[in-house]
Amino acid sequence: MEWSLSIAAGLSAAAIVCILFLLGFFCMPLLASGEILRIFSWTWQPFHGHFGILPMCAVSLLLSVAATSLAFPVAVGICCYANFLVPAGAGRLVLTLMHFMAGIPTVIYAFVSIFLLVPLVRDHLQCGTGFSFFTAMLTLSLLILPTMVLVFNAHLQQADPILRLAAEAAGMNPVQQVRHLLIPTASRGLVIAAVLGFGRAVGDTMVSLMLAGNAPQLPGSPFDSVRTLTAHIALVISTDSQSMAYQSVFASGLVLFFLLSTINLLIRRIGRRQGGAAS
Amino acid sequence: MSIMVKRIFTVFLLLVPGAFLSSQGNASSELLSGFKDKEGTISIAGGTAHIPVMNDAARNIMTFNPRIRITVEGGGSGIGVQKVGEGLVDIGNTGRALSQDEITRYGLISFPFAIDGIAVAVHPENPVAALSSQQIRNIFAGQVTNWKDVGGADAPIHLFSRDEASGTREVFWEKLLNKGPVAANANIVPSNGAMKAAISQDRNAIGYVGIGHVDQTVKAVTLDGVKPTQESAMNGTYSVVRKLYMNTKGEPTPLVKTFLDYVMSPEGAEIIKKYGYIPLGQP
Repeated sequence: MEWSLSIAAGLSAAAIVCILFLLGFFCMPLLASGEILRIFSWTWQPFHGHFGILPMCAVSLLLSVAATSLAFPVAVGICCYANFLVPAGAGRLVLTLMHFMAGIPTVIYAFVSIFLLVPLVRDHLQCGTGFSFFTAMLTLSLLILPTMVLVFNAHLQQADPILRLAAEAAGMNPVQQVRHLLIPTASRGLVIAAVLGFGRAVGDTMVSLMLAGNAPQLPGSPFDSVRTLTAHIALVISTDSQSMAYQSVFASGLVLFFLLSTINLLIRRIGRRQGGAAS
Repeated sequence: MSIMVKRIFTVFLLLVPGAFLSSQGNASSELLSGFKDKEGTISIAGGTAHIPVMNDAARNIMTFNPRIRITVEGGGSGIGVQKVGEGLVDIGNTGRALSQDEITRYGLISFPFAIDGIAVAVHPENPVAALSSQQIRNIFAGQVTNWKDVGGADAPIHLFSRDEASGTREVFWEKLLNKGPVAANANIVPSNGAMKAAISQDRNAIGYVGIGHVDQTVKAVTLDGVKPTQESAMNGTYSVVRKLYMNTKGEPTPLVKTFLDYVMSPEGAEIIKKYGYIPLGQP
């Protein structure tokens, strides 16, 4: 049993190393010719020899941080609400809904947003075309919300029932229990939920490709059209196969890879420290 | 009992059209019969606009006769000329006519098979129905930003464009914008279909699509007095077009010739139409 688990773990680790190796291999021509510097610049104008992907990197980061910070408090709220503050039946209903939402494919969220959210932003807020940072951020936060709720919820439910009984006996009301007892004990769950939500937001392609507008620029306002790294890869790879623009895709992939790994490691370390301090 | 009979009858009814369809399938494979006793490989490289058409044709042929292997690569028109000229591939695709220099240096023969025409498109309810090339250049450069400046309502112009590697964008940019600038804040959509979806929803939008993709959901703008249609693109009065060519070095081998004929056959024409181009048919 144990050896089969370690084989599985080994295989997954090997797959990740292979991906890294391949991305590195495809980026080699860029490194060798020194053109990697042209890729890490702020202008994307392939016909004028500018292949900068930095605006896309910045937008990917910005969009994911925004979507995660929007979804995170809502997710925590939903978890506490469903678990402690309402009758069990209503809580179960909310969690079932979250399970259902988690199963909906990304493209459906994007598609529905195109027909509901985009016209709303365009016609009622009167801000640009509706394909914007703002639209993508709202949809992304909706997309990562169920993931975060389910992860945090799993951690909350692991909390020792004795704790709640003791809190009850000490005369704490449900809100106090949640604030001072349950959230602190499940703090690692909070961190993990945030990491997973963020990871989904950075890695998501469909929502940003279909909703963000894809203009390769830094946004001046939330209603500007922007392009993420993932959307950039999807756009270029669908039409090109040889040029410098195509090679920039591999650099984008490498950046995404490092971005995700770094943030994962970073937040994991923080989580461990916090978990250690709490216990 | 009678319900049972009805059910069987329904199943039968469902099967009949299926049988017709499959017999049509047989009819279409008559066009493929030239490949029946052949085997070998055909390698294709070059223009990216050609790729979907080449892929579909190749798949039909390889399904019909698995002993024929066809490989399709992109690279762009320049790569197409270079590779076929050096004898690295059998067919080099270009989205432009060959230069005299290329023809004499390599001894290439061109087979035009389709027309790719690009129409400027707006929302069907947009009162603007005609624009001059200069107006379109100003709009896409971001100099004209309100519809009232080109005879429309007082509303901002929402720009939609395609990514730089797109063949559609290439024609539009070269033939209509004269390689002029495109505003950096223009929204970029990934395909002709996405362009249509975006424009059909936004009454202030302007973008461009392949003529083959124009339908009632978007309005094709009359350009300098010429309406972009399949006919005007065919007879040359509408200028934002290019031909798609397949090129061979010298006379094609029998197998390659069969492939060229298939692309130019009625079934090839169906594939060409499916991807929004206008088939030229057998010369």
